[in-house]
Order: sequence, then structure tokens, then C-alpha cells
Amino acid sequence: MTSPASQTLGRSGGPKQSLRGKSSRGSILADRAATTVLWGTGVLVLAILGSIIAHFALAAWGVVSPGFILGDPSSSALGGILPVLWNSIYMLVLTMLIAVPVGVLGGIYMSEYAGDNAVTTAIRFAEEAISSVPSIVVGLFGLILFVDDAHWGFTALAGALALTFFNLPLMTRLSEQALRAVPQDERSASLALGATKWQTIRHVVLPLAIPGLITGVILTAGRVFGEAAVLLFTSGIGTPPHYNFANFDLTSPASPWSPFRPATTLSVYIYKLNSEGLGAFKNQIVDGSAAILIAMVLLFNLGARLVGRVLTRRLTAA
Amino acid sequence: MPTTATYPDPVVRRVEVTAARVAATEDATAAVEVKIATEHVSIQYGDKVAVRDVSLTVQDRSILALIGPSGSGKSTFLRCFNRMNDLIPGAVVRGEVCLDGENVMDPDVSVVELRRRVGMVFQRPNPFPMSIYENVAYGPRRRGQHDKRKLDELVETSLKRAALWDEVKDDLRRKSGLALSGGQQQRLCIARVLATDPEVILMDEPASALDPVSTLRIEELMRELREAYTIVIVTHNMQQAARVSDVTAFFTMADDRAGYLVEVGPTGRIFTRPNESLTEDYISGRFG
Repeated sequence: MTSPASQTLGRSGGPKQSLRGKSSRGSILADRAATTVLWGTGVLVLAILGSIIAHFALAAWGVVSPGFILGDPSSSALGGILPVLWNSIYMLVLTMLIAVPVGVLGGIYMSEYAGDNAVTTAIRFAEEAISSVPSIVVGLFGLILFVDDAHWGFTALAGALALTFFNLPLMTRLSEQALRAVPQDERSASLALGATKWQTIRHVVLPLAIPGLITGVILTAGRVFGEAAVLLFTSGIGTPPHYNFANFDLTSPASPWSPFRPATTLSVYIYKLNSEGLGAFKNQIVDGSAAILIAMVLLFNLGARLVGRVLTRRLTAA
Repeated sequence: MPTTATYPDPVVRRVEVTAARVAATEDATAAVEVKIATEHVSIQYGDKVAVRDVSLTVQDRSILALIGPSGSGKSTFLRCFNRMNDLIPGAVVRGEVCLDGENVMDPDVSVVELRRRVGMVFQRPNPFPMSIYENVAYGPRRRGQHDKRKLDELVETSLKRAALWDEVKDDLRRKSGLALSGGQQQRLCIARVLATDPEVILMDEPASALDPVSTLRIEELMRELREAYTIVIVTHNMQQAARVSDVTAFFTMADDRAGYLVEVGPTGRIFTRPNESLTEDYISGRFG
């Protein structure tokens, strides 16, 4: 290699610059400013979260007790929240039973089967459009479709289906992203070993996408727990009666296990008490309920991550 | 001869050995079977022609090396043997690729069955993020092999053949395939292919991401595997081609950037007396 280019290789002998040159002062200031602003933003986010938790933890102090969590609203002057807490969990499970399989299957279709064409463009547009529809409108739609037209009345199933409408686009989009994030190499390796496309998805892509899918489930679940507007018109707003958990007759509206019964959730209960409640302990009940709601969301978050870890281990090792 | 002078001694010796063996093989032409034959294979992506009109044959239980500069279409050509180009949207393959006389491009050929018979090792070691055992058992399991004893046996023989058994036998199930070193990962990928009982193994620059010691181990392994399998390897490393292959095919690019086959012949001859000056320029480092 004796091309002329090789003679110009090596350091050019220009004047040496001092390490303490002035030219970089502006950029150093900008760097510091950026660091400060970004750091400050992070602190602000933490502070907001911290103060919300701290506020309700303090406010709920003395309110939250086993009796409060496990009692009926009418059980004492303060009352309990067991029925609405149960309904929140019930609605969460029911909605997830519908939204997760459909969302994941939709995500698989969008990520693995659909190309970039008019249909997928339309689906993506619909995903974004539905996500930006105000939740109260989704609630109204559920009211017309399930409560009135289908004559179901205010039922848990109507609420769960309305919540599914509301959450499916997000679940589908997050699933698609989680699946797309699995490296192409893994798919090639599996296909080159003579696995079919579905085997590749089932045994390689899905297990590797689980952490991302769990994130989708957590975000969706948070919205189910917290959602009030969609449920006001679909699963009802009445204070629930005493639940007999031994009644497993799914056709009986009195059974807390039945999807065909009104199911006021914790969020809706908070809304109702705070806007209509007149009792002497109204504020205490609201604070206590809010604290429980926050705790449930955090617990679910942790639990879902744990399940995700176990699932990943089992799916990749069997 | 100026060409050989650019190689260190051991390589030259190996080339001579290889050449001698190829000559011996050519004497016994009747006994040699054609495993793969391509007829006028052209591959294009959209408007871009990647490979133009390549016809060559690969003998059973031999190693064919595809060499040539980047962009000459070697990898693309390799991937038509197991129809991995099917996965690339817009890729069109023309011509015939025959495995044991059967055109694998026929629409009614099962790619699943084809890929079991024609395995592939990729440039970057890509074990699944599963245990070593599960990596090797993956292919057989997907074909419905769930008998635990048979799987155990298959995993052991495959890892032994890939010269990895002794290093991993103690934590087959506990250790993830990803926890191995790069060279071990690549041997695991080879074991994973062997477990599907292939006839042909395609290797797309299998050692380019590995250190020299691991590279040599892979090369030794290839020489051993040659006893039972037909191997086609793409490599940028000409010494590697000279060391391991029986036959070498040299690809380059035309002015319109389409890859084509310049010449193919016994490795010993290609590296010592190439017919084409393009080949000589490339192997002597004057071009590419």
C-alpha cells in the first residue's frame, strides 16, 4: 500500500490547542443547563408521585383498617369498601380476559402477518382514533349498545366490554411493539431450523416479547383500575349490597361472581361519594378508598412483573 | 508464483494437501455424487439485481467456499439453497436450485422440510435465550420429537459432533446458550443444526465474529463434519477458504453492481493457478 493517500495519514502539525481553551465555554454552559433541567424534571416527576402517595397515606391513616377493607358500606358509620374493591378486581380480570388475548392476537397479526398496506394503515388509524376518543363517549356508546339496545341493564359485562373498546387499541399497539422488538435474527434462526412460522411465533417470538407484553398489560390494567367515566354508564353507580361470596350461581344477579349484575368499582365509588355523598365520614372514606386504589395499582404492577418473569422462564425452557 | 508468496507457510501446505485430495477425487469421478446443482440462478430485490446467472454444482460430502468482495452476492446466493430469501419482501429468485436432483424452487416444495435437510449457521452466533439443552432440542421438538430419552441422546450426540459436549455437559439445562463464549455459541448453533439431521449445512461467514482460536476450532470442526455432510461456506477470509474448502467459487460485481460467478474450481487450483485475472487480482489482494 504505497498510494499517495498513505503519506497524509498521521497527525497534521497545526498549532496545539490549550486544554483550557475558551471556545468550549458556551457548550459547557449549555451542557450544564441541560443536565440541570433534565435532572429537575426527573425530581419533579418523583415529587409529584411521592406527594400523591404521601398525601393519601397520611389522609388514610386511621381510616384504613381490616374492617374498612373487608366491610360492607353499611356495616358501620365509617363503612367498608369490600364490595367495590371486589368489583374493581372483578372488572379488571374480566376486562383482561377479553382484552389481553384479543390484543395480543391483534399485535401478532400486525407484527408478524400484516405487511404495510391500506388495511394496516386503516387499523393503525383506528387504533389512534379510538385511543383519543374521550372515555365518557366510550361510556355513552356502551350505554346505548349494551345497557339499552341489548337490554342487559347496568352489568359488569357491559362495563368490561366498554373498557375493552377503550383499551384494545392500546393493548394491540403495545403488543405489536413488543413483538417487533424481538430481533429478526431469532426468527431467522428458528425458521432456518425448519420450524413453521407459527412455531417460531409460539416458541421464540412470544416468549421473548413477554416483558414488553407485560408492560402493555400493566398500562392497560392501570387504566381499568382507574377508569370511572366509561363505567358510570355501563356497570352502574349504585352502592352495592352485601355480597354473598358463597353464591356461585352465575345466572343469579345476586352472585358477586356473575357478570350480569351491576358492579360499581372503587373509582366510580370515589367519584360518587365525592360528588354526591352526604355522610359525616364522606371525606375519610374517599381518602381511604383512594389509598387502597393506589396500593392496588402498585401491587398489580409488582405482581405482573413477577408473573412475567416466571412466564418467560417457563416458556423459554419447555 | 507471486500469489502463494503472500500466504504464510502452513496455509500453502494445506492448499497443496487440499489440491492433492481434490485431484484424487477427480480421478474417481464416477463415485462422486452431485448434491446441489444451480442452473442460471438470478436473484433480485425489487429492481436491484443481486446475483446474475450462476450455475454451479456442489459434490456430496465436500466443502464449497464462496469468496468475493462485499456486495458480490455470495450470501444472497447461499440463502437460495434453503430458500431463506423467501423471507425478504420483494426478493425474486429465478433459475433452478436442485437438491439431489429435485428443484427446491418448485412452489409445492415444503420449505420446512427443505430447511431441515439444508441447515444454516449464521454470521453472528444466534443461540436462543434458552438453556443449552433447549437450544439443541429446538429443531427435533418442533418436528414432534418429545421422547425424553431420544432427545437426551440427540442433544448429546449433536453436542459431541459439534465438539462442545465436554465444555457444557455439566450444566446443559442450567446454563443459557447466551452465557457461552462467542466461539462456543457458534458451535452450539452448529450442534442445533446437526440435531435436525441435515444433509447440507450452509455457513454464512461463521467465524467472522470470532477470535482466531475459536475460528480455528470452527475450521477443524468443518473438516470433521465434511465426512458426513455437504458444506457451503461464505467467507471473506481467503486463508480460511484455502484451509477448509475443497472447491472455491469466486464471485464479483459487474459494473451495474450485480454479483456474478467469475470461476469455480478445486481450491488448490483457484489459489495457485486461477484461470481468470480477476480471480488472481482478488486473491493476491490487488482488488476487493
